[in-house]
Amino acid sequence: MLTVATGNKAVAAAVKAVRPDVIAAYPITPQTEIVEQIAEYVTAGEMDSRYIPVESEHSAMAACVGASITGARTFTATSSHGLAYMHEMVNWAAGARLPIVMANVNRAMGPGWNVWAEHTDAFQERDTGWLQVYVSTVQEAYDTTLMAFRIAEHQDVILPVMVNLDGFLLSHSMQSLETVTLGDFVPPFHLPHAIDIANPAGYGTLTGPDQHFKFRWEIEQSMRKSVAVIRETEQDFAGRFGRNYGVAEEYRYEDADVVVIAMGTLGKEAEVAVDILRDEGVRAGSLRVRWFRPFPDLDLSGRELVVIDRDYSFGFGGVLAHSLVAKSRVEPYSVIAGLGGQEVTYDDIAGFVRDRKPGQESWFGVNGNV
Amino acid sequence: MTEIPKEEYILKCTSACAGCPSSLILRYVLKAAGPDTVLVVPACCTSVIQGIYPNTAMNVPVYNVAFAAAAACASGMSEAFSKAGKKTNVIVYAGDGGTVDIGIQALSGAFERETDFLYICYDNEAYGNTGMQRSGSTPIGARTTTTPGGKIHAKKDIDAIVAAHHPTYLATACAAYPQDLFKKVQKALSLPGSKFLHVLAPCPPGWRFSSEKTVAMGKLAVRSGIWILFEREYGKVTINGPSKAALVKPAPLEEYLAGQGRFKGIDQNAIDALKSQAAARALHLQREAEGIC
Ligand SMILES: Cc1ncc(C[n+]2csc(CCOP(=O)(O)OP(=O)(O)O)c2C)c(N)n1
Ligand code: SF4
Ligand SMILES: [Mg+2]
Repeated sequence: MLTVATGNKAVAAAVKAVRPDVIAAYPITPQTEIVEQIAEYVTAGEMDSRYIPVESEHSAMAACVGASITGARTFTATSSHGLAYMHEMVNWAAGARLPIVMANVNRAMGPGWNVWAEHTDAFQERDTGWLQVYVSTVQEAYDTTLMAFRIAEHQDVILPVMVNLDGFLLSHSMQSLETVTLGDFVPPFHLPHAIDIANPAGYGTLTGPDQHFKFRWEIEQSMRKSVAVIRETEQDFAGRFGRNYGVAEEYRYEDADVVVIAMGTLGKEAEVAVDILRDEGVRAGSLRVRWFRPFPDLDLSGRELVVIDRDYSFGFGGVLAHSLVAKSRVEPYSVIAGLGGQEVTYDDIAGFVRDRKPGQESWFGVNGNV
Repeated sequence: MTEIPKEEYILKCTSACAGCPSSLILRYVLKAAGPDTVLVVPACCTSVIQGIYPNTAMNVPVYNVAFAAAAACASGMSEAFSKAGKKTNVIVYAGDGGTVDIGIQALSGAFERETDFLYICYDNEAYGNTGMQRSGSTPIGARTTTTPGGKIHAKKDIDAIVAAHHPTYLATACAAYPQDLFKKVQKALSLPGSKFLHVLAPCPPGWRFSSEKTVAMGKLAVRSGIWILFEREYGKVTINGPSKAALVKPAPLEEYLAGQGRFKGIDQNAIDALKSQAAARALHLQREAEGIC
């Protein structure tokens, strides 16, 4: 069915279609609309999930953990400070191998209070064992949330998945949305280590170095296997519903000499910049990194790269740029832009490309050189 | 009548909604506390009311801090001032969500340690900052954006929870009674240890009444007995003037409920629950005041 929705409403609609057993969530700008919409669905009897209006995000994730270990399908949503406050339980969810799905509406961390888009909140959780995906349109938010459940619950994965959407730029933007009839795209799942009264077991028991090491290695093995699961899920999704994204989405990429790489809405904005540059005779293309964990293996050889980070790791650099330096052995021009919701237009992005300085880093609007 | 100082510590450029009770309460709190005061404010409407950097509507230092952190942050501040030999008032100014929900652990810890500070909870009975979702302090039957069918759980009794920590001073107040509020803040700040002030904040957009009725709504809350003004000083309970009369002959609760859009369509069971909770609370306080409990 074709409708119009915000990014937040699209996420809520996808969650409704997947019918989790238990949802526990706490409001925070700009995620609030997801929680409110789900509360409305449940109150109106349109969704038979148990909805727990917890007293904090730590409790939101703790409630999801408690529900998930019984074998229930669970969902939560948060943003920035909420994600940070839940951090202990974010680790817990992955370490306990629970296929919880969470929407995170990317927002800057304080102080001072700032409610606008930035990716640092989710990047601070990147080493916890969660899969992370970043979307750029309302449709993609919906589609990816559906896929997230199937990927998380796949027997080769059994790890939590975080779906990230940019605060306000996407969470509150109205775009067209084609909802689907899900059929058996997200099948019922079995949690192999669910609590079973007939077979009592100790969970999260004191664990020595060797066993701990083994559990970490198992998480990494599942992460590696998830690459194939993501690919297979995206293919099946494309076959059924006609839309395909990939681990990284290419735009006029094939013959491009210079490629803009970004995530989330900036990655979409870059496509317009590419068109402008092509009109000027520059052979530009773009690549929007969707899956950040597992991080994609990208062959970027022979191209000039302009990487835009809406984040920063202090004392180090742009997280995306340096992930590509490490993984793909490239020497990009690293642009730090859009922190705390700073406005970045496609003209600005075209400017980054025109003024590129390979191997260097620039802060948009600070260095005075862009 | 108590003389209320003319000095203003909250200036006329706030970003509060029209008829905002939180800024009204804060105005009198600061008049009572005076300039040697630091406010500690967790995420809440007051984070927004101050205005946007580099401007501020506040004329005393305000330390904004994470949502769950206010009472713990104030503990550190209070100890540091005390070590430096300073008598600066440390006042937490927090919403109900930051007090009864996410902030309750830090609050409990600070009161158990008898931290020298005043904790003020202004209670608009929901999460105002994020657009009026339910809190643990939302009354039964009230519609919020996360309880579209009316809340099914009762309001958390934070006064009883704090009282169980045996603070030196605990009192309730209401935005509609500034004289009473002013006196209670002054008294609290004159006492050592941990002090708690719980102030009802009738919120026009949240409770859905028109913005010129904030004071009228606060008066109705007290007259109907749903909100009781009392003090507990070193454990001794006194019911204050306006509530004494209200408990003898309360105004009908229906009048209070009918004036607010959030109670539209409330069912009889919820009304009965509100009434019986109010009656039980009144009886308990009256007995305590008479020294029976
Ligand atoms: C850890 C964390 N979770 C959620 C939020 C979002 N948030 C900010 S203020 C607020 C509600 C505050 O409600 P209350 O304490 O009652 O104060 P009011 O806004 O009503 O004044 C919420 C949910 C946050 N800032 N930090
Ligand atoms: S929502 Fe209510 S408490 Fe918050 S600023 Fe507006 S009037 Fe004040
Ligand atoms: Mg509140």
